[in-house]
Amino acid sequence: MKQKSDHHLFVAYKRQLSHEKKVVLLWQFSILILFIGLWEIASRFYWIDPLLFSSPSRIIQLLIQKLTDGSIITHVEFTLFETILGFIIGTAGGIIIATLLWSSRRFSNVMDPYLVIMNAMPKVALGPIIIVALGPGLVSIITMGAIISVIITSLVVYSAFNEVDPNYEKVLKSFGASRWQCFKEAIFPATIPAIISTFKVNVGLSWVGVIVGEFLVSKQGLGYLIIYGFQVFDFSLVMASLVLIAIFAAIMYKVVEKIEAWLIKHST
Amino acid sequence: MSFLTLDHVSHHYFSKDSYTKAIDDISLSIEEGEFVSLLGPSGCGKSTILSIIAGIMKQTAGKVLLQDQLITDSKIPIGYMLQQDYLFPWKTILNNVLLGPKIYDTNSEETKTRALELLDEVGLHDVANQHPGALSGGMRQRAALVRTLINDPKIMLLDEPFSALDYQTKLRLEDLVSLQIKTYHKTTILVTHDIGEAIAMSDRIFIMHANPGSIDKVFEVPIELRNETPFLVRRHPKYQIIFDKVWDVLSKKETDSKVVPPTS
Repeated sequence: MKQKSDHHLFVAYKRQLSHEKKVVLLWQFSILILFIGLWEIASRFYWIDPLLFSSPSRIIQLLIQKLTDGSIITHVEFTLFETILGFIIGTAGGIIIATLLWSSRRFSNVMDPYLVIMNAMPKVALGPIIIVALGPGLVSIITMGAIISVIITSLVVYSAFNEVDPNYEKVLKSFGASRWQCFKEAIFPATIPAIISTFKVNVGLSWVGVIVGEFLVSKQGLGYLIIYGFQVFDFSLVMASLVLIAIFAAIMYKVVEKIEAWLIKHST
Repeated sequence: MSFLTLDHVSHHYFSKDSYTKAIDDISLSIEEGEFVSLLGPSGCGKSTILSIIAGIMKQTAGKVLLQDQLITDSKIPIGYMLQQDYLFPWKTILNNVLLGPKIYDTNSEETKTRALELLDEVGLHDVANQHPGALSGGMRQRAALVRTLINDPKIMLLDEPFSALDYQTKLRLEDLVSLQIKTYHKTTILVTHDIGEAIAMSDRIFIMHANPGSIDKVFEVPIELRNETPFLVRRHPKYQIIFDKVWDVLSKKETDSKVVPPTS
């Protein structure tokens, strides 16, 4: 008898959970509908200038048209490719720099002021110099996507290396482990959660770098479409590009989140 | 010549503004197979001595000889147990145990079999493939013991390995560690601030005092206590007599240091 009532409580708890989930989902959906609806109505009744702010129906029309003739797909591919590569290079580069800093206390002391300056510097301001140095093309844009996250990653990861409990190293040193063995067996694996948490931040940063890079040089990509739409006063195109960026940035974020969950599960 | 000799060893900790002398001119020698305790208040440099013997720290003065060799030159395996187990949470118990062999590059099927045997001896065979997070404090410390024993260390250094455990677990683990150490005939140095633990486990007790850390007095534990397990020593009629003697020395030191505050 008692067993049964325990079970009932559990069922009731689960029901409450799923109810709460439904309510949240309903709210989220309502906000979206309300926003799009208001935008459409405001545009139709000229509360806002449709030439400047377009309208959801026009944007959807444009997207359908561009998707069916396939012209927008290359732009999306181009930007995605740059962002993913920028993210990977920036993150990997940051981890490598952090490792170098950890490997020599003196090197890290010497580099300290330079890292502070490079971290404080707004990286997108380096855009013109990067373009002059690397040419107005793909390489420059990917560099922008990478450079924006590399310094902050190295600083975050380096400080995580230093926060690892020194007693793990003590255990290894009592076995006569070398510094490199300490890194491989203790420092790096202990820091994996911190490294993974930089992934999410870096995805967002890489989008910033790549879009700014495309603003500056590109003849292709979503950032280029925004600038192009702006120049020819086609704000439906600007908005459509923004919608695509929002969708793909969210997808990438979710994918990184999945990778993160997988890595945490398999590295511990 | 003794098995392990500390010859006028001192150690200073330096910081930007000042320095402190953690241990001052310590000389002691330990015979092979002996179990000694360093007993004293916190801050008397007990752990520093262990770190120096383990070769993790370099003393600022004096010499440490293990089997007539400078400790820094010798590649002799040392078993170091810390206050907490410091098992690596991302490795299974078995892989934690095999960490030493991995570093010494002696990993083989044989060492793996040996590891499982040792885990069996301390009752951890069933959890060999689990992660440390799934184990209780006592089990984890037993795994840490196996992690040091697998390397067949010449000398065991125990840095208050029982201090983070609850009392019952601590008593049981004392017996187990004592048994393992006697079985494999290891020379052992135990650092502790627990008088009972020092008497229950060791053959000799070095009483230390702080500021700077140095040896005050050496106690021989009577032979009839040495051959008992730590748990039974605590019930032995002679136990209380020794306890009182040690207590007197430690209390006297405390009052002394209150009368003459250390100059800084």
